[in-house]
Amino acid sequence: MLDYATLRVIWWALLGTLLIGFAIMDGFDFGVAGLLKVLGRDNEERQVLLEGIEPTWEGNQVWFILAGGATFAAWPTLYAVSFSGMYFAIALVLLAFILRPVGFNFRGKVHDPRWASLWDWVLTGSGLAVMLLAGVAFGNLFLGLPFRFDDDLRMSWQGGLLDLLHPFALLCGLVSLAMLLAHGACFAALKADHAIAERAVAIARWTTLAFAALYVLAGVWLAWGIPGYAIAGPAATAGVSNPLYKQVAFGGSWFAGYLQYPWFWVAPALALAAAVGVQVLAGRRGVAGFVASSLMVGGTIASAGFALFPFLLPSSLDPRSSLTVWDASSSRGTLQLMLVVTLVLLPVVILYTGWVYRVMRGRVTLEQVRKAHGGY
Amino acid sequence: MILIDTDVVTLSRLQFALTALYHFLFVPLTLGLVWILAIMESVYVMTGREVWKRMVQFWGVLFGINFAMGVATGVTMEFQFGMNWAYYSHYVGDIFGAPLAIEGLMAFFLEATLVGVFFMGWERISRIKHLLVTWFLALGTSLSALWILVANAWMQNPVGAAFNPETMRMEVTSFSAVLFNPVAQDKFVHTVSAGYVLGAMFVLSISAWYLLRGRNLDFAKRSMTVAASFGLAAALSVVVLGDESGYSVSLNQKMKMASIEAMWETEPAPAPFTLFGLPDVEQRTTHYALKIPWVMGLIGTRSLDQTMPGINELVDDAKGRIGNGIQAYDAMLMLRQDKDDAQAKATLAAHDQDLGYALLLKKYVDDPRRATPADIQQAADSTIPNVPVLFWSFRIMVACGFYFIALFAFSFWKASKRTLQSQRWYLRLALWSLPLPWIAVELGWIVAEYGRQPWAIEGVLPTALGVSTVSAGQVLTSLGGFLLFYTALAVVDVVLMLKFARKGPDGLGLWPPATAALSSDRP
Repeated sequence: MLDYATLRVIWWALLGTLLIGFAIMDGFDFGVAGLLKVLGRDNEERQVLLEGIEPTWEGNQVWFILAGGATFAAWPTLYAVSFSGMYFAIALVLLAFILRPVGFNFRGKVHDPRWASLWDWVLTGSGLAVMLLAGVAFGNLFLGLPFRFDDDLRMSWQGGLLDLLHPFALLCGLVSLAMLLAHGACFAALKADHAIAERAVAIARWTTLAFAALYVLAGVWLAWGIPGYAIAGPAATAGVSNPLYKQVAFGGSWFAGYLQYPWFWVAPALALAAAVGVQVLAGRRGVAGFVASSLMVGGTIASAGFALFPFLLPSSLDPRSSLTVWDASSSRGTLQLMLVVTLVLLPVVILYTGWVYRVMRGRVTLEQVRKAHGGY
Repeated sequence: MILIDTDVVTLSRLQFALTALYHFLFVPLTLGLVWILAIMESVYVMTGREVWKRMVQFWGVLFGINFAMGVATGVTMEFQFGMNWAYYSHYVGDIFGAPLAIEGLMAFFLEATLVGVFFMGWERISRIKHLLVTWFLALGTSLSALWILVANAWMQNPVGAAFNPETMRMEVTSFSAVLFNPVAQDKFVHTVSAGYVLGAMFVLSISAWYLLRGRNLDFAKRSMTVAASFGLAAALSVVVLGDESGYSVSLNQKMKMASIEAMWETEPAPAPFTLFGLPDVEQRTTHYALKIPWVMGLIGTRSLDQTMPGINELVDDAKGRIGNGIQAYDAMLMLRQDKDDAQAKATLAAHDQDLGYALLLKKYVDDPRRATPADIQQAADSTIPNVPVLFWSFRIMVACGFYFIALFAFSFWKASKRTLQSQRWYLRLALWSLPLPWIAVELGWIVAEYGRQPWAIEGVLPTALGVSTVSAGQVLTSLGGFLLFYTALAVVDVVLMLKFARKGPDGLGLWPPATAALSSDRP
């Protein structure tokens, strides 16, 4: 049986894995949807783009559902505080997740250009909103969020949707947007008719460039402009899951972890190296460019997670209430059981997902779409 | 100390009820229709007859529209626990979160990943492989129901968990108890069977409409035959297993059982079943009750000599448990001051089963230890759910259940005699029965969940305490958004369903084959 502290670190890594899994797998669906009107110049071209993601977007979205479910199971306090605190931001994301499934399915069910255009806008808008909001939410973690607990561990929150729009958080939103648009463009370059793929390559290069510049800017701002949080005194890594048992110091640096564990630098290095990789490889319109953009996504999210460690959700209102890896988890029994379940089932999921991608492989051409008009 | 806003409680409950009832319009159809698709495709693979493949594709179009709505509205349920029921999520996430996460890993991933291949893979993989995809898709949907109902059953019968005063929440003590919760078994089989009945009725009714119109005759008769056999088996199991479900309710949720029966006083064993009557909440009596002797005792206790407690007796029990709960609450607060206080630990251990009953008082008094006898009486009375609603919902649901057995048995008989088309009144009956399973499943949900009130977790956490600390304005806004978007989507869903059902296999160029050859290979 693993000890409590180790289980918590594993679950922190698993939460990161699920978020990265979501950002890579569903991120390109969002990216393609966000670029729908730019890459697809007429209805047929947009149909090509959508048919490229239609067979697999639904499974990809489960990465998000699972990340939510796993947070509920392994980090219930984090789930409760973030979802209720960022109420309207989460509601907007939810709206996007409600409209996407019906958008994909209903778009082809009525043959009317206005009908298709309506759903194109819904898919584009929901794609852009989620990519942007996810980054804004992540950016706010570094700023701290305005919540505190009472003695019953009931959380209260002071602030609304607009309070989340700090310039640094907006910058993080743009990082996320540029990153996932680039990722989506790399997928379109791999999957769509060559006429569209050519445009996608150009967009992938520009958005990657924008991403790299914004990412470095955010890093510099974080290093010199955003004070960090730290647990005061030795952390009770195997302690009780009650955030109020600790004290938190505010005013340090978010890069403290990077100084303590130099191997953390692998993550940002990977993100930037992969950005160079996208520039070089996107032109091949193959798997290589997509792998590069996937590594870029993974490196970016990991680099943010490393900076926050061991914090999950710092509190600006009452630093002591901050949620950390050591005091916001489920009980040891639940972490252990869920770890076993995940280790057994996730490889199976990856296996059949891989099979589905193999079955549905191949470029979607304009000719195909013209021959068999209408989606599923 | 944060005060709980009663408007937030009311609005959050309303929003949860509406979104759950709405989600449950689509879930049972997915659950049932997918197995009918699997059966049809199996026949196609075994016989090689093209018509069966076309049946899968045609019903698949309707399945796809419904599936999208189910997915879209399901995300809401997961989000809502965090958004609107944050204290609930904190308080029981250690147990409740696990089955939801396992549902994602084991079931939802499977169905969502395979559904694309189901629709778009016909030309890309062999018949056998496609059949396997359909079967695993079906398996995924039912497994999904299993894990959701394991989570739900724990709300009805919270086994395998204990309160931890240091983390102020419930924590798991035995996962096998949570997994093998008897309520979960009963709920799972009852609920999926209800979905199968609904799916069968959907196919039966639309096929009957084609026969009334004289269209797609061989296609519709084959579909009806599958629906009749599958529906009969499902209707029998929904009633038999519903009875099993009733038995488990009577063991674990005596108040819910007594309220369904509007049984105010404890009746001598074996208790009679009240067929009809007018429950009067004010006077705590049921007027004009038409009682059938012995039946309730048999359903509820499986015996002739055990009594079933009535509502008034259960309210008295609740008063006692509130008293114990106050002691537990006091001990919990003492442990907060000194976590090694041995006496407080012993008191909490003795009464932590009743801690939830002290929390019922929070609605009336800040500190349950200061509750007056009047507060305690009020809290004890609040354990009675809405008796007339439960009484009637249950009776209508059960009446529907027996009607389904009769209709599907008759359909099965006609299908075996190959006389499905012979009587137009039968076809009309089959057509107009279409809404009934939806009414039955929604009422079933009301009996199960509204009947659980005032508890979010039976005996552990009152619903009113589970809410997030958000403002009434926030919940009102999101509720308004749901009403707006859900109404719009409902309109689109119904329009598309009607459009494709009206078009039919002939209109879509799927069948007969002369037109099919001219058209695209996809619906």
